[in-house]
Amino acid sequence: MYKILEARSVGFKIKQFVIQAPRIARKQQAGQFIILRLHDRGERIPLTIKSSDPEAGTVTIAAQAIGKTTSLLNCLEAGDYIKDIVGPLGHPSEIKKFGTVAIIAGSVGTAMALPTANALRKAGNHVIFIEGARNTEMVVFEDEVRAASNETYIMTDDGSYGEKGLVTKKLNDLVAEGRKIDFVLAVGPVPMMRAVAQVTTPLGIKTMVSLNSIMVDGTGMCGGCRVLIGKNAMFACVDGPEFDASLVNFELLMQRNAMYRDKEAESLKLFEENKEKELAQIRAQFPKQEAQRA
Amino acid sequence: MPNKNTLPNKERMKIARTRMPELAPDVRNKSFEEVNLGLCAEAAKTESTRCIACSRPGCVQKCPVGVKIREVVDLVYAGDFLGAAAKLREDNSLPAITGRVCPQENQCEGGCLLGKKGESVAIGNLERFVADYERLSGQLGLPVNAPSTGKSVAIVGSGPAGLSAAGDLIQKGHRVRVFEALHEIGGVLLYGIPEFRLPKEIVRGEVENLRKMGVEFETNVVVGKSVTIDELMRDEHYDAVFVATGAGLPIFLGVPGEHLNGVYSSNEFLTRVNLMRAYKFPEYDEPVYDCRDKDVIVVGGGNTAMDAVRTAKRLGAKTATLVYRRSAQEMPARAEEVKHAREEGVQFRMLTNPLEFLGDEKGWLTGARCISMELGEPDASGRRSPVAIPGSEHVLPANMAIIGVGTTANPLIQSTTPDLATTPRRYIQADPESLRTSKRGVFAGGDIVTGSATVILAMGAGRKAAASIHEYLTTGEWETKAATKA
Ligand SMILES: Cc1cc2nc3c(=O)[nH]c(=O)nc-3n(C[C@H](O)[C@H](O)[C@H](O)COP(=O)(O)OP(=O)(O)OC[C@H]3O[C@@H](n4cnc5c(N)ncnc54)[C@H](O)[C@@H]3O)c2cc1C
Ligand SMILES: Cc1cc2nc3c(=O)[nH]c(=O)nc-3n(C[C@H](O)[C@H](O)[C@H](O)COP(=O)(O)OP(=O)(O)OC[C@H]3O[C@@H](n4cnc5c(N)ncnc54)[C@H](O)[C@@H]3O)c2cc1C
Ligand code: SF4
Ligand code: SF4
Ligand code: FES
Repeated sequence: MYKILEARSVGFKIKQFVIQAPRIARKQQAGQFIILRLHDRGERIPLTIKSSDPEAGTVTIAAQAIGKTTSLLNCLEAGDYIKDIVGPLGHPSEIKKFGTVAIIAGSVGTAMALPTANALRKAGNHVIFIEGARNTEMVVFEDEVRAASNETYIMTDDGSYGEKGLVTKKLNDLVAEGRKIDFVLAVGPVPMMRAVAQVTTPLGIKTMVSLNSIMVDGTGMCGGCRVLIGKNAMFACVDGPEFDASLVNFELLMQRNAMYRDKEAESLKLFEENKEKELAQIRAQFPKQEAQRA
Repeated sequence: MPNKNTLPNKERMKIARTRMPELAPDVRNKSFEEVNLGLCAEAAKTESTRCIACSRPGCVQKCPVGVKIREVVDLVYAGDFLGAAAKLREDNSLPAITGRVCPQENQCEGGCLLGKKGESVAIGNLERFVADYERLSGQLGLPVNAPSTGKSVAIVGSGPAGLSAAGDLIQKGHRVRVFEALHEIGGVLLYGIPEFRLPKEIVRGEVENLRKMGVEFETNVVVGKSVTIDELMRDEHYDAVFVATGAGLPIFLGVPGEHLNGVYSSNEFLTRVNLMRAYKFPEYDEPVYDCRDKDVIVVGGGNTAMDAVRTAKRLGAKTATLVYRRSAQEMPARAEEVKHAREEGVQFRMLTNPLEFLGDEKGWLTGARCISMELGEPDASGRRSPVAIPGSEHVLPANMAIIGVGTTANPLIQSTTPDLATTPRRYIQADPESLRTSKRGVFAGGDIVTGSATVILAMGAGRKAAASIHEYLTTGEWETKAATKA
């Protein structure tokens, strides 16, 4: 059992948690993720580690409630427990001095991109952060984004905050102004990452995208997370999650991510009808005293 | 009650082999309940009567760990079931499991003299009976551990190799901690072999015994990621490490269409169903493709493929078909599983090989284009290798396909432990006798050394490793005959 020390809502359907997980905190590097399981009937889902504190032995994650597991997670509060957390998984982001880098992220992808943005800035890069959201309400982590970047642009679909337009509009504008961009990291919904790749591939700008394929074990054992990179099938959990955007088969990723749509809807509906009961059930499993984990 | 079998051999050999009761095929193919129901005490004793107590028993020779079968059978005959269990445990630390899953027909029973003319003694069934009797009696005599040596051993992986090493090492007085990547202990016994063949309760029981003996377990640790071997030794002060990580990386066919929705590796399918209990969705959260009233094909001919195809049948598949490129005789699966699968309505399509998976416009699988094969010359494995018959392409309809053609080494540990020598195929190199690797204090055994093998071989490797680790911890000597860097 892993104790939640802090839990707070940080924006529309997004909640941030600080969790006691000393082993993971000691090893985490930007770009890595955990897989958690909330209770003994739960599924395993991956979430990026937003930051970690090796001294305190804690990791911070941010989750957007979209289906059953993330919705249930977002009902948990400080003092509650998570049954299983394993990590840090995946390859860390490549951190070096590229020159000028553009970090492009949408909604909860912002949380996923922040650790890499921070590390790239520390490595001496000029960091441009372009955050996209549907509207004001969906803009998250603005302060942290500003702190992680030398230049910050917030784009909303309806123009209710920042500038109106998609993240790729800003990227195109910057390129049109003659800004030299040496490296791009895009994290967010698949269509957004694909759109970024469509801009940067012809320009020859090295671009990485963080692929959110469906995972089970996260150790290379099941192959369920496979993605096509060029002609090669790769496992996102161990070979990624970041891949060269110019080689990614985004259509296949979208196709495979739709695999359990009906079941996910069924699961979410059942959960929404029985929220209180389900919460009580999992809280009944929590240890009565302090967690005894090393 | 006589406790020595005095029946003349000729009479003994007239007794027919006892049949283990099992669930009816049309009941069990809808249920995850265990198929085999076990022998009763009477039946076990009758079966034990059949053994003619050979002076140089072939059964023992063919058992990979040399279980003293004759003595065990004698004790069963005498009605001393707990004594029989203790005798079994001298060589085999997981008898309730091996009694169920050993390929007995190639091992102990394959060596049984009675099998030469008629039917061999049902050694597997007796082993299972004795182990179950002991478990249900609640009188498991947990061995007493030797006084603490002050040494500690880290075991990586909780399959049969890791568990059996843990049991032996704790008895020698060492501190033992098992690290497991998944959230539950048991390795393939848990996530691979299905409930209907090996109830998880049995695996949990064995783990509970080890816990009672003092073995520590830490789940959710991926060694190589959460912590490295070097860190375990340097920062967490383990004096020795036993790597027993299995051969868990799935092999795909590499044919077009393999990424269509509905195509699974057997590892993914079985893990979703067994470890994550997707068969109980939505009570359990993990989903799996709903194959009710659908056509399912499973590619392969080993235990994994057999488990997958029988699982698909149980999940309600309209057709569950095993597609194998050789003939039925070459299938490496346990004979009993093949028989059970047939009875349950699994279809066998032998000498057939998929060339391509076909899908609809939304990316869902609709079928497999296959080619028929014929058997040619024997290959390196001694089996006749399949050769494609030109012009025999045909399409098998399928909404779900499961690839169960084998697994290979997961490179996570090897790639994060620079001084650990590996084979060209990325298995860990270990001396076959001492199980020492190229790295001082590090031992390896089970599937991660041999490639996918069997539960009993992994268990045997675990015990061998434990003896070797104990020797190293006692003498402090790291022999020069250890494997050298490739
Ligand atoms: C490496 C990685 C890092 C991620 N980091 C974050 C993060 O920091 N914050 C965040 O909010 N989300 C993150 N995600 C996405 C998150 O894992 C999914 O939102 C979550 O699994 C949805 O589960 P659910 O039960 O709530 O929704 P469901 O209703 O089950 O699924 C909704 C959608 O989520 C995806 N999904 C479902 N199950 C899984 C699974 N087992 N593994 C991966 N994706 C799945 C599918 O595309 C599905 O259509 C990450 C995904 C990956 C692969
Ligand atoms: C579906 C299936 C059916 C089978 N049926 C039979 C049968 O009927 N009879 C038979 O004799 N054999 C059978 N086998 C083969 C048998 O199960 C294996 O040979 C045996 O389990 C190997 O044992 P092991 O201890 O070496 O590894 P495993 O059982 O594979 O256990 C390895 C463990 O290590 C963990 N691990 C891996 N990497 C790491 C890491 N980096 N850090 C921490 N933990 C890690 C894994 O999660 C796993 O739990 C079957 C195999 C499968 C897949
Ligand atoms: S361990 Fe396996 S091979 Fe040996 S006697 Fe038992 S069932 Fe037979
Ligand atoms: S070979 Fe068969 S008959 Fe002979 S001792 Fe072994 S089990 Fe008994
Ligand atoms: S999640 Fe199973 S191999 Fe990647």
